[in-house]
Amino acid sequence: MFIKVDRDKCTGCESCIPSCPYDAIVMRDDKAEITENCQMCRACLSVCPEGAIYEVEEASDRKEKGQGSGVWVYAEQREGVISGVSFELLGIGKKLADKLGTDVSAILFGAGEAEAQELIKWGADRVYHCSDALFSNFNDEPYAGLLSDLIRQYQPEIVLAGATPIGRSFIPRVAARLKAGLTADCTALEIDEATKNLLQIRPAFGGNIMATILCPHTRPQMATVRPRVMKRGEYNASRQGEIIAVKAEGIRSRTKVTEIVKEVSDISVNLQEANIIVAGGRGTGGEKGFQLLHELAAALGASLGASRAAVDEGWIPYRHQVGQTGKTVGPKIYIACGISGAVQHIVGMQSSDIIIAINKNPEAPIFNIATYGIIGDLFEIVPMLTKKIKEAKGL
Amino acid sequence: MRIIVCMKQVPDTADVRINPETNTLIRDGVPSIINPYDTHAIEAGLQIREKTGGTVTVVTMGPPQAEDALREALSMGADEAVLLTDRAFAGSDTWATAYTLAKAIEHIGADLILCGKQAIDGDTAQVGPEIAEFLDIPHVAYIRKIDEVTDGKIVLQRLMDDGYDVVESSLPVLLTVVRELNVPRMPSLKGKMAAKKAVIRKLGAADINADEESLGLKGSPTQVRNIFAPEVKKDRKMFEGTAEEKVGALVRELAGLKCL
Repeated sequence: MFIKVDRDKCTGCESCIPSCPYDAIVMRDDKAEITENCQMCRACLSVCPEGAIYEVEEASDRKEKGQGSGVWVYAEQREGVISGVSFELLGIGKKLADKLGTDVSAILFGAGEAEAQELIKWGADRVYHCSDALFSNFNDEPYAGLLSDLIRQYQPEIVLAGATPIGRSFIPRVAARLKAGLTADCTALEIDEATKNLLQIRPAFGGNIMATILCPHTRPQMATVRPRVMKRGEYNASRQGEIIAVKAEGIRSRTKVTEIVKEVSDISVNLQEANIIVAGGRGTGGEKGFQLLHELAAALGASLGASRAAVDEGWIPYRHQVGQTGKTVGPKIYIACGISGAVQHIVGMQSSDIIIAINKNPEAPIFNIATYGIIGDLFEIVPMLTKKIKEAKGL
Repeated sequence: MRIIVCMKQVPDTADVRINPETNTLIRDGVPSIINPYDTHAIEAGLQIREKTGGTVTVVTMGPPQAEDALREALSMGADEAVLLTDRAFAGSDTWATAYTLAKAIEHIGADLILCGKQAIDGDTAQVGPEIAEFLDIPHVAYIRKIDEVTDGKIVLQRLMDDGYDVVESSLPVLLTVVRELNVPRMPSLKGKMAAKKAVIRKLGAADINADEESLGLKGSPTQVRNIFAPEVKKDRKMFEGTAEEKVGALVRELAGLKCL
């Protein structure tokens, strides 16, 4: 498929040009023309007042999809411990499988039988487990090699992995090898009712906008999913499933992990595991404003977060940054103070259960996603809130 | 050592805003820059060249105006610049982009390939590892430190969520790098003069012996269906009244939900 401009209809009004997020429309001889930068996002189609921009179908658009059934979840482990995102993937994987009338399998490389059982209790119908020592530590080539082999053998229709340093490093190799479509860092996944295609939704352009991506002609459809965005499935200790032992044959690695060094800062753990986060943005005006947030956080037993604007101003260190280029968090309560709510911030905190927005600008986009909103000056509201919370807690 | 740095010209996404009426990006006046992560890859290439000797070639795939970004890399000290440009590359997703770059790298020849960990416009981090797969060489992503480079071996620190891994690899290898790796140098005046005069090598689909079916839109398994601004929450509650009343109502609400 491609996008074309009907030169007879085009009046040269140029209204399509700013609509293109990829800068792919140029004026040639006073008519619009689509260049090779076009990513087929269709943003320009509805903008043209003359209806001069249209889609052209090609023979290749109707290619046969590969066969395949079943949803696969790559369950990541580090030093034998399964990471949290694997359980979240089983949660969303089950939902997708239900819509497709199929089941969910987990793929586990490394770790032991007990971990494989744990994946079943979290919702896997089946676990393909390779316990070969080659997989204890993470190396891209053997991981990509074995996963590709399994996909070729069993032909799942969807393969999900965590958008973690591990998933984002080796899953692209699998996609390259299988010529499969892969979408990075998804924040939502749905099934298209009509075509049964996987709709992969992710932030783009630094988180300024969301995009829906499809892999219409290839199978499996692959996606990495951002941790702490999806909810875990239900844990059922008596759940039964099948464990299939997998052998690694003809798998090599030209890289070797010689040492694993832990370097966890308290703050990053705190932010990502916090029940309550108090976060400040440009509206805090500086360190003085953050001092008020500190006091509120102390009263609530909360961690302190910040928007990129506040970090860029140098009011608070980067490790507190929440958002596309900072940390993704999902606390029970997120209190956004003086944060306008740029998309790049929102994608890092929108899965919070309750979002409280305090901002003096009633038009601030943060109110669009807030559970509770207070329009007002944070320098007045926050100290009052701190005081009332202390009273309510009997402090 | 023959070093290739893959780079991309991107809009500075920090300056991109959404038009709330049309739901599209406003790019007027948004400057084009070298993808920030790629500047760290260029710096890493230059530092390795200073130690081991050899050449640093910067490669980009893009429209003719991407030459500006290549000239900037030359002014930092790269030896040669290659622009992959062809109508056939139009509409490439990460798969087709990585395929095209890999064919070009095969054509040019390299012992070490460096990429930024991701580009700030797409944020996929997929092209680097995919290039390595097409070239059938190992890769290590998220490099925060290069401990040792010799002809046959490289020792690296790979950034992980909970710390870092020390990883050894044989050469040739592809690395994707993070900001912690180094501080990119500023172009020198001499570098800028030389970059202005430098000839940029241009390669098209025929030059790199690429399979047409694997290029551009035809070679791309993924499609962008639409783009949109995030949705508005329907059930939000705005508190009214004086500041005191608003705060009081919020605290009662939180207490009711047993949040306090």
